[in-house]
Amino acid sequence: MQPPSWWAALAFATMAATSVHAKERAARDLPALPQYVRECGSCHVPYPPRLLPAASWRALMGRLAAHFGSDASLDEATAQAIGAWLEANAASGKRAATPPPENRITRSSRFLHKHGEIAPSAWRRPSIHSPSNCAACHPAAEKGAFNEHDVRVPR
Amino acid sequence: MIVKYVACLALACSAIALGAAAATPAALLSAYSAKAGAAPSTERGQALFRTTHGREWSCSSCHGEVPRSVGRHAVTGKPIGPLAPAANAGRFTDEARVEKWFRRNCNDVLGRECSAAEKADVLAWLLTVTP
Repeated sequence: MQPPSWWAALAFATMAATSVHAKERAARDLPALPQYVRECGSCHVPYPPRLLPAASWRALMGRLAAHFGSDASLDEATAQAIGAWLEANAASGKRAATPPPENRITRSSRFLHKHGEIAPSAWRRPSIHSPSNCAACHPAAEKGAFNEHDVRVPR
Repeated sequence: MIVKYVACLALACSAIALGAAAATPAALLSAYSAKAGAAPSTERGQALFRTTHGREWSCSSCHGEVPRSVGRHAVTGKPIGPLAPAANAGRFTDEARVEKWFRRNCNDVLGRECSAAEKADVLAWLLTVTP
Protein backbone atom coordinates (compact mmCIF):
# COMPACT_ATOMS: atom_id res chain seq x y z
CA MET A 1 0.00 0.00 0.00
CA GLN A 2 1.25 3.46 -0.91
CA PRO A 3 1.76 5.87 1.98
CA PRO A 4 -0.54 8.83 1.75
CA SER A 5 0.81 11.73 -0.27
CA TRP A 6 0.87 14.05 2.77
CA TRP A 7 3.35 11.65 4.38
CA ALA A 8 5.68 11.97 1.43
CA ALA A 9 5.29 15.73 1.52
CA LEU A 10 6.09 15.79 5.25
CA ALA A 11 9.12 13.55 4.81
CA PHE A 12 10.37 15.75 2.01
CA ALA A 13 9.83 18.94 4.00
CA THR A 14 11.71 17.47 6.98
CA MET A 15 14.61 16.46 4.80
CA ALA A 16 14.69 19.86 3.15
CA ALA A 17 14.60 21.60 6.53
CA THR A 18 17.40 19.38 7.85
CA SER A 19 19.49 20.13 4.81
CA VAL A 20 18.91 23.88 5.20
CA HIS A 21 19.95 23.68 8.86
CA ALA A 22 23.00 21.62 8.00
CA LYS A 23 23.94 24.18 5.37
CA GLU A 24 23.51 27.07 7.79
CA ARG A 25 25.56 25.28 10.42
CA ALA A 26 28.28 24.55 7.90
CA ALA A 27 28.31 28.22 6.86
CA ARG A 28 28.58 29.31 10.51
CA ASP A 29 31.42 26.90 11.21
CA LEU A 30 33.34 27.76 8.06
CA PRO A 31 36.97 28.43 8.99
CA ALA A 32 38.00 31.85 7.73
CA LEU A 33 40.61 32.05 4.99
CA PRO A 34 43.82 33.26 6.73
CA GLN A 35 44.52 35.71 3.89
CA TYR A 36 41.06 37.18 4.30
CA VAL A 37 41.51 37.68 8.03
CA ARG A 38 44.95 39.21 7.53
CA GLU A 39 44.10 41.55 4.68
CA CYS A 40 40.50 42.55 5.38
CA GLY A 41 40.45 42.03 9.13
CA SER A 42 42.95 44.84 9.77
CA CYS A 43 40.30 47.50 9.34
CA HIS A 44 37.09 45.67 10.17
CA VAL A 45 35.74 42.43 11.54
CA PRO A 46 36.34 39.77 8.88
CA TYR A 47 32.65 39.67 8.03
CA PRO A 48 31.48 36.11 7.31
CA PRO A 49 31.02 35.55 3.57
CA ARG A 50 27.46 34.29 4.18
CA LEU A 51 26.35 37.85 5.00
CA LEU A 52 26.46 39.01 1.36
CA PRO A 53 25.55 37.44 -1.96
CA ALA A 54 28.32 36.53 -4.41
CA ALA A 55 27.39 39.46 -6.65
CA SER A 56 28.09 41.88 -3.80
CA TRP A 57 31.46 40.33 -2.97
CA ARG A 58 32.40 40.46 -6.64
CA ALA A 59 31.48 44.13 -6.86
CA LEU A 60 33.38 45.00 -3.65
CA MET A 61 36.49 43.05 -4.58
CA GLY A 62 36.42 44.66 -8.03
CA ARG A 63 36.97 48.16 -6.67
CA LEU A 64 39.02 47.87 -3.51
CA ALA A 65 40.88 51.09 -4.26
CA ALA A 66 37.63 52.91 -3.43
CA HIS A 67 36.30 50.79 -0.58
CA PHE A 68 33.72 52.76 1.43
CA GLY A 69 35.95 55.83 1.48
CA SER A 70 39.27 54.02 1.94
CA ASP A 71 41.93 52.67 -0.35
CA ALA A 72 41.96 48.94 0.46
CA SER A 73 43.72 47.87 -2.73
CA LEU A 74 45.52 44.53 -2.85
CA ASP A 75 47.87 42.86 -5.27
CA GLU A 76 46.09 40.96 -8.02
CA ALA A 77 46.85 37.42 -6.78
CA THR A 78 45.69 38.11 -3.21
CA ALA A 79 42.53 39.84 -4.38
CA GLN A 80 41.75 36.89 -6.67
CA ALA A 81 42.23 34.32 -3.90
CA ILE A 82 40.13 36.22 -1.38
CA GLY A 83 37.42 37.03 -3.92
CA ALA A 84 37.08 33.40 -5.01
CA TRP A 85 36.74 32.26 -1.38
CA LEU A 86 34.16 34.93 -0.58
CA GLU A 87 32.06 34.07 -3.62
CA ALA A 88 32.26 30.32 -3.00
CA ASN A 89 30.94 30.81 0.54
CA ALA A 90 28.55 33.68 -0.11
CA ALA A 91 24.89 33.81 0.92
CA SER A 92 22.73 31.27 -0.82
CA GLY A 93 19.02 30.81 -1.35
CA LYS A 94 16.58 33.61 -0.72
CA ARG A 95 19.14 35.93 0.81
CA ALA A 96 21.31 35.77 -2.26
CA ALA A 97 18.58 37.10 -4.50
CA THR A 98 18.99 40.84 -3.92
CA PRO A 99 22.31 42.52 -3.18
CA PRO A 100 21.77 45.15 -0.44
CA PRO A 101 22.11 48.86 -1.30
CA GLU A 102 25.79 49.78 -1.87
CA ASN A 103 26.58 46.13 -1.06
CA ARG A 104 26.55 47.08 2.60
CA ILE A 105 25.89 44.28 5.09
CA THR A 106 24.44 46.92 7.41
CA ARG A 107 21.76 47.75 4.83
CA SER A 108 20.74 44.16 4.14
CA SER A 109 17.20 43.29 5.12
CA ARG A 110 18.49 40.59 7.49
CA PHE A 111 20.76 43.04 9.33
CA LEU A 112 18.00 45.65 9.60
CA HIS A 113 15.52 43.05 10.80
CA LYS A 114 17.90 41.70 13.43
CA HIS A 115 18.85 45.18 14.71
CA GLY A 116 15.41 46.77 14.66
CA GLU A 117 15.35 47.34 18.41
CA ILE A 118 18.67 49.23 18.49
CA ALA A 119 18.05 52.98 18.79
CA PRO A 120 19.78 55.06 16.10
CA SER A 121 21.58 57.02 18.84
CA ALA A 122 23.12 53.82 20.25
CA TRP A 123 25.13 53.26 17.07
CA ARG A 124 26.86 56.60 17.61
CA ARG A 125 28.04 55.88 21.16
CA PRO A 126 31.82 56.22 21.35
CA SER A 127 31.93 52.64 22.62
CA ILE A 128 30.25 51.44 19.43
CA HIS A 129 31.21 54.08 16.84
CA SER A 130 29.53 52.48 13.82
CA PRO A 131 27.15 49.63 12.85
CA SER A 132 30.13 48.08 11.05
CA ASN A 133 31.89 47.61 14.42
CA CYS A 134 30.26 44.22 15.12
CA ALA A 135 32.70 43.35 17.90
CA ALA A 136 31.44 46.24 20.05
CA CYS A 137 28.35 44.17 20.94
CA HIS A 138 29.13 40.68 19.59
CA PRO A 139 32.16 39.47 21.58
CA ALA A 140 32.88 36.56 19.22
CA ALA A 141 32.38 38.54 16.01
CA GLU A 142 36.04 38.20 15.08
CA LYS A 143 35.46 34.45 14.89
CA GLY A 144 32.31 34.85 12.82
CA ALA A 145 29.91 34.04 15.68
CA PHE A 146 26.88 36.28 16.18
CA ASN A 147 24.78 34.33 18.68
CA GLU A 148 22.06 36.58 20.11
CA HIS A 149 22.58 35.21 23.62
CA ASP A 150 26.12 36.59 23.72
CA VAL A 151 25.16 40.13 22.76
CA ARG A 152 26.25 42.86 25.18
CA VAL A 153 25.43 46.39 24.07
CA PRO A 154 27.95 48.74 25.75
CA ARG A 155 26.78 51.99 27.36
CA MET B 1 70.92 62.45 14.65
CA ILE B 2 71.30 63.84 11.16
CA VAL B 3 75.04 63.17 11.30
CA LYS B 4 74.29 59.55 12.03
CA TYR B 5 71.99 59.26 9.05
CA VAL B 6 74.37 60.98 6.69
CA ALA B 7 77.16 58.68 7.83
CA CYS B 8 74.84 55.79 7.31
CA LEU B 9 74.00 56.96 3.82
CA ALA B 10 77.63 57.45 2.95
CA LEU B 11 78.37 53.91 4.04
CA ALA B 12 76.64 50.82 2.83
CA CYS B 13 73.06 51.69 3.67
CA SER B 14 72.27 52.71 0.14
CA ALA B 15 73.02 49.14 -0.84
CA ILE B 16 70.02 47.89 1.15
CA ALA B 17 67.58 47.44 -1.67
CA LEU B 18 63.87 47.95 -1.05
CA GLY B 19 62.56 44.55 -1.91
CA ALA B 20 63.61 42.10 0.77
CA ALA B 21 60.69 40.93 2.89
CA ALA B 22 62.15 40.78 6.41
CA ALA B 23 63.36 44.12 7.64
CA THR B 24 63.96 46.30 10.65
CA PRO B 25 62.60 49.83 11.10
CA ALA B 26 66.16 51.19 11.01
CA ALA B 27 67.00 49.36 7.79
CA LEU B 28 63.80 50.58 6.14
CA LEU B 29 64.53 54.13 7.24
CA SER B 30 68.02 53.89 5.75
CA ALA B 31 66.67 52.53 2.50
CA TYR B 32 64.00 55.24 2.18
CA SER B 33 66.56 57.93 3.01
CA ALA B 34 68.97 56.53 0.45
CA LYS B 35 66.25 56.53 -2.18
CA ALA B 36 65.32 60.10 -1.26
CA GLY B 37 68.96 61.14 -1.39
CA ALA B 38 68.57 63.25 1.75
CA ALA B 39 68.57 62.89 5.50
CA PRO B 40 65.10 62.53 7.02
CA SER B 41 63.53 65.15 9.25
CA THR B 42 61.58 64.10 12.33
CA GLU B 43 59.91 67.54 12.41
CA ARG B 44 58.62 67.17 8.87
CA GLY B 45 57.54 63.62 9.65
CA GLN B 46 55.54 64.71 12.68
CA ALA B 47 53.87 67.51 10.73
CA LEU B 48 53.00 65.23 7.83
CA PHE B 49 51.56 62.70 10.23
CA ARG B 50 49.42 65.07 12.27
CA THR B 51 48.00 67.46 9.69
CA THR B 52 45.42 66.95 7.01
CA HIS B 53 46.37 67.44 3.39
CA GLY B 54 43.25 68.77 1.72
CA ARG B 55 41.21 65.71 2.63
CA GLU B 56 39.20 64.48 5.56
CA TRP B 57 41.81 62.45 7.40
CA SER B 58 45.33 62.80 8.71
CA CYS B 59 47.42 59.78 9.72
CA SER B 60 46.44 60.65 13.30
CA SER B 61 42.75 60.15 12.51
CA CYS B 62 43.31 56.41 12.86
CA HIS B 63 46.71 56.12 14.57
CA GLY B 64 46.34 58.87 17.20
CA GLU B 65 48.35 62.06 17.73
CA VAL B 66 51.13 60.14 19.48
CA PRO B 67 50.99 56.61 18.06
CA ARG B 68 52.35 54.87 21.14
CA SER B 69 48.92 53.56 22.10
CA VAL B 70 46.11 51.76 20.34
CA GLY B 71 44.45 53.72 17.54
CA ARG B 72 41.03 53.34 16.05
CA HIS B 73 39.85 53.04 12.47
CA ALA B 74 38.10 56.28 11.61
CA VAL B 75 35.23 54.53 9.82
CA THR B 76 34.72 51.18 11.47
CA GLY B 77 35.99 51.93 14.98
CA LYS B 78 38.13 48.79 14.98
CA PRO B 79 41.17 49.08 17.27
CA ILE B 80 44.50 49.46 15.45
CA GLY B 81 47.68 48.33 17.22
CA PRO B 82 50.21 51.06 18.13
CA LEU B 83 52.21 52.24 15.12
CA ALA B 84 55.43 53.30 16.84
CA PRO B 85 57.98 50.47 16.70
CA ALA B 86 58.94 51.11 20.35
CA ALA B 87 55.38 50.30 21.37
CA ASN B 88 54.73 47.49 18.90
CA ALA B 89 57.63 45.23 17.94
CA GLY B 90 55.98 43.93 14.78
CA ARG B 91 55.78 47.33 13.09
CA PHE B 92 58.02 48.11 10.11
CA THR B 93 59.50 44.61 9.97
CA ASP B 94 57.96 43.45 6.69
CA GLU B 95 58.77 45.62 3.74
CA ALA B 96 55.91 44.46 1.51
CA ARG B 97 53.46 45.20 4.30
CA VAL B 98 54.96 48.62 4.97
CA GLU B 99 54.77 49.49 1.28
CA LYS B 100 51.19 48.27 1.03
CA TRP B 101 50.05 50.44 3.93
CA PHE B 102 51.99 53.53 2.79
CA ARG B 103 50.42 53.13 -0.65
CA ARG B 104 46.87 52.81 0.69
CA ASN B 105 47.05 55.30 3.52
CA CYS B 106 48.95 58.01 1.67
CA ASN B 107 46.26 57.75 -0.98
CA ASP B 108 43.58 58.22 1.69
CA VAL B 109 45.34 61.10 3.42
CA LEU B 110 47.12 62.91 0.55
CA GLY B 111 45.34 61.57 -2.51
CA ARG B 112 48.60 60.26 -3.93
CA GLU B 113 51.51 57.98 -3.10
CA CYS B 114 54.10 59.27 -0.64
CA SER B 115 57.62 59.93 -1.82
CA ALA B 116 60.58 58.06 -0.36
CA ALA B 117 61.52 61.28 1.45
CA GLU B 118 58.08 61.53 3.05
CA LYS B 119 58.18 57.89 4.14
CA ALA B 120 61.64 58.45 5.62
CA ASP B 121 60.44 61.56 7.49
CA VAL B 122 57.43 59.78 9.00
CA LEU B 123 59.39 56.69 9.94
CA ALA B 124 62.18 58.81 11.46
CA TRP B 125 59.59 60.58 13.62
CA LEU B 126 57.88 57.31 14.59
CA LEU B 127 61.25 56.03 15.78
CA THR B 128 61.49 58.94 18.21
CA VAL B 129 58.18 57.98 19.87
CA THR B 130 58.86 56.25 23.15
CA PRO B 131 56.46 53.69 24.67
